[in-house]
Amino acid sequence: MRTMRSLVIAAAAVLAGVTGVQAAGEKIELPDRNWSWQGPIGSFDRAELQRGLQVYTEICASCHSLRLVAYRNLEALGYGEEEIKAYALNYEIHDGPNDQGEMFTRPAIPSDRFVPPFPNEQAARASNNGAYPPDLSLMTKARKNGANHLFGLLMGYADEPPEGFELMDGMSYNRYFPGHQIAMPPPLYEGGVEYADGTEATVEQMAVDVTAFLAWTAEPELEERKSLGIWVLAYLAGLFVIMVAVKRRVWSDVKK
Amino acid sequence: MATRTEFKNPLIRWVDDRLPVFTYLDHEYNQFPMPKNLNYWWNFGALASVVLVLMIVTGIVLAMQYTAHVDLAFESVDRIRRDVNYGWLLQYIHMNGASMFFIVVFIHLFRGMYYGSYKAPRELLWMLGVVIVLLMMGTSFMGYVLPWGQMSFWGATVITNLFSAIPWVGDAIVTWLWGGFSVDNPTLNRFFALHYLLPFVLFAVVGLHVVAVHVTGSNNPTGIDVQAPRDTVSFHPYFTAKDSVGLVAFLMFFAAVVFFAPNLFGEPDNYIKANPLQTPAHIVPEWYFLPFYAILRAVPHKLLGVIAMFASIAVLFVLPWLDRSKVRSANYRPIHNGLFWIFLADCLFLGYIGANPAEGWFVWGGRIGTIWYFAHFLVLVPLVSMFERPRPLPASISEPVLKEKR
Ligand code: HEC
Ligand code: HEM
Repeated sequence: MRTMRSLVIAAAAVLAGVTGVQAAGEKIELPDRNWSWQGPIGSFDRAELQRGLQVYTEICASCHSLRLVAYRNLEALGYGEEEIKAYALNYEIHDGPNDQGEMFTRPAIPSDRFVPPFPNEQAARASNNGAYPPDLSLMTKARKNGANHLFGLLMGYADEPPEGFELMDGMSYNRYFPGHQIAMPPPLYEGGVEYADGTEATVEQMAVDVTAFLAWTAEPELEERKSLGIWVLAYLAGLFVIMVAVKRRVWSDVKK
Repeated sequence: MATRTEFKNPLIRWVDDRLPVFTYLDHEYNQFPMPKNLNYWWNFGALASVVLVLMIVTGIVLAMQYTAHVDLAFESVDRIRRDVNYGWLLQYIHMNGASMFFIVVFIHLFRGMYYGSYKAPRELLWMLGVVIVLLMMGTSFMGYVLPWGQMSFWGATVITNLFSAIPWVGDAIVTWLWGGFSVDNPTLNRFFALHYLLPFVLFAVVGLHVVAVHVTGSNNPTGIDVQAPRDTVSFHPYFTAKDSVGLVAFLMFFAAVVFFAPNLFGEPDNYIKANPLQTPAHIVPEWYFLPFYAILRAVPHKLLGVIAMFASIAVLFVLPWLDRSKVRSANYRPIHNGLFWIFLADCLFLGYIGANPAEGWFVWGGRIGTIWYFAHFLVLVPLVSMFERPRPLPASISEPVLKEKR
């Protein structure tokens, strides 16, 4: 059985390797931050999420949609009903037809999903040099090592590309973007927002906060999932001990 | 079902006299004699049954909330995770359940290979198992298309396109499969219909598989037949107890993945909505298809590649006749034993190759792995089974259990 055991370990190693396989070509070393929501008992930091929402609202939202998230979901960030209503009121929704058969615009309400900055992909491209700013709702799940990818991307801009690097018109150099040319101009700069809680808005601070916020939009169930998981595993562990005892007892009369 | 069980409860007796389901259950899951030396590798069949039921139950509830339309499918799955009560749990169980199913069934299959469980009188049982693998592959392939992410779309495009390799009628078949001229809404709809249907076909074949194992009885680590009642114990309580230990251990592993790393086996690209105009940099299938994908790409000719891929599973059907040795268990077959482990390593290696782009050393690595795969079945196993001298077998199941306790 020894061979079998070592084989299982080898198989696990190979599987782990397979899931971590990088595309051929240059391997980009992403930053490796300790995020508060990682690990088996990780959870989000509400203040971080609120600041992140502010960064998204004031900066990213002018280009990127968040179409899978509803305003009412902001309750999870610690906002009250009135605050959410007030937040939604800032946005206009095309709705209708009304009973006259006419389309109209109305202010958004908490049950609406985040209103996108552009009515369609073509409009978004037209305003961004032909590039499409992707929806951010699931961004941290839609990239390998998503949170670090996003954080790296926001931190990875260089004023000047390295010697000899051909940068196309309207593109920016980014250390962490595959190919290093990105159509998104550097979105963050010192003091880009004025934080409601008085935190100093350094580029790194904003990058951390908006990454946390987008990790939450991608996995709003994360905290519930992990805390339920602990109970489930504890329950199963207890059950396991009992089942092993039962099995021993049952088998005790079998001659080996 | 020669002898009826006598039941005390009059209602049960009344039913049983007319439809002997209770007698059947009593015979097959209570009194049923099992070799007493089975190790924990014999757990995995029961585990597979549990996963199958779990997949059907979670799948039906998911289907109540899912929308099979190219404009809505991606969003509807996301809404299940976000807005349905415990929808995330349901969706993550079903999504990871497919991986668990393959892990469990692959272990089950390699267990059968190692202990020679495919040999007479269990050939048909084994072949039903191979049918199960094929059905599982079809089911999970179509299931993976349903969330309509980038990998769903492009995986479906690549795999359905394989049929275009068939001479003359290939393109017509692909158009017929798609219900149009590309993977599109009709494709999604029929895949949903089939993904709902196939698990029940699977369930029926598993039923036959289980009936078959109850005709021949289980094999065991020595591979020698049960000779006397002292070689066996009854299914209940001995194996209900032992299977429960394995089941709980397995559920812990399953839960650890679902609750703490639900995207471990997934591709990030599938969280991007399908876009027919944008091909992902690398189209990779789910991990359980990787060895077969590697075989497909190892052959530098499209049609032959497709044939090789299907042959890699079809060859399992004839394994009972390729292996001529009378000795079942590899424990008593030194050379075959070594071959088994090399073969297993080869499968893992092919999986690794399948996960990587077909360039550089991965190309010839894949070819060598593929050649070994087929040589194993078609050359090495038959030859070794004819010339190998097995180690002496114990006289009975009880004997090595007494003497050779490890
Ligand atoms: C001026 C418009 C604009 C603003 C403001 C902006 N982005 Fe972008 N973003 C883009 C465009 C355009 C792209 C597409 C880039 C490409 O494909 O080259 C993009 C791409 C991205 C991507 C995808 C990168 C990848 O891996 O493919 C992320 C993540 C992202 N932006 C996050 C943000 C965040 C977070 C903010 C706010 C701090 C932000 N963006 C602000 C225009 C913008
Ligand atoms: C849906 C997937 C499957 C289910 C639910 C299933 C279920 C079972 C069960 C309950 C048993 C009896 C317990 C055991 O020996 O572990 C069994 C035995 C067996 N299965 Fe499967 N099985 C599945 C797939 C397969 C596959 C893919 C193969 C191989 C190609 C296979 C080959 C066998 C063999 C040979 C036996 C008898 C093993 C022995 O007694 O040594 N099964 N199966």
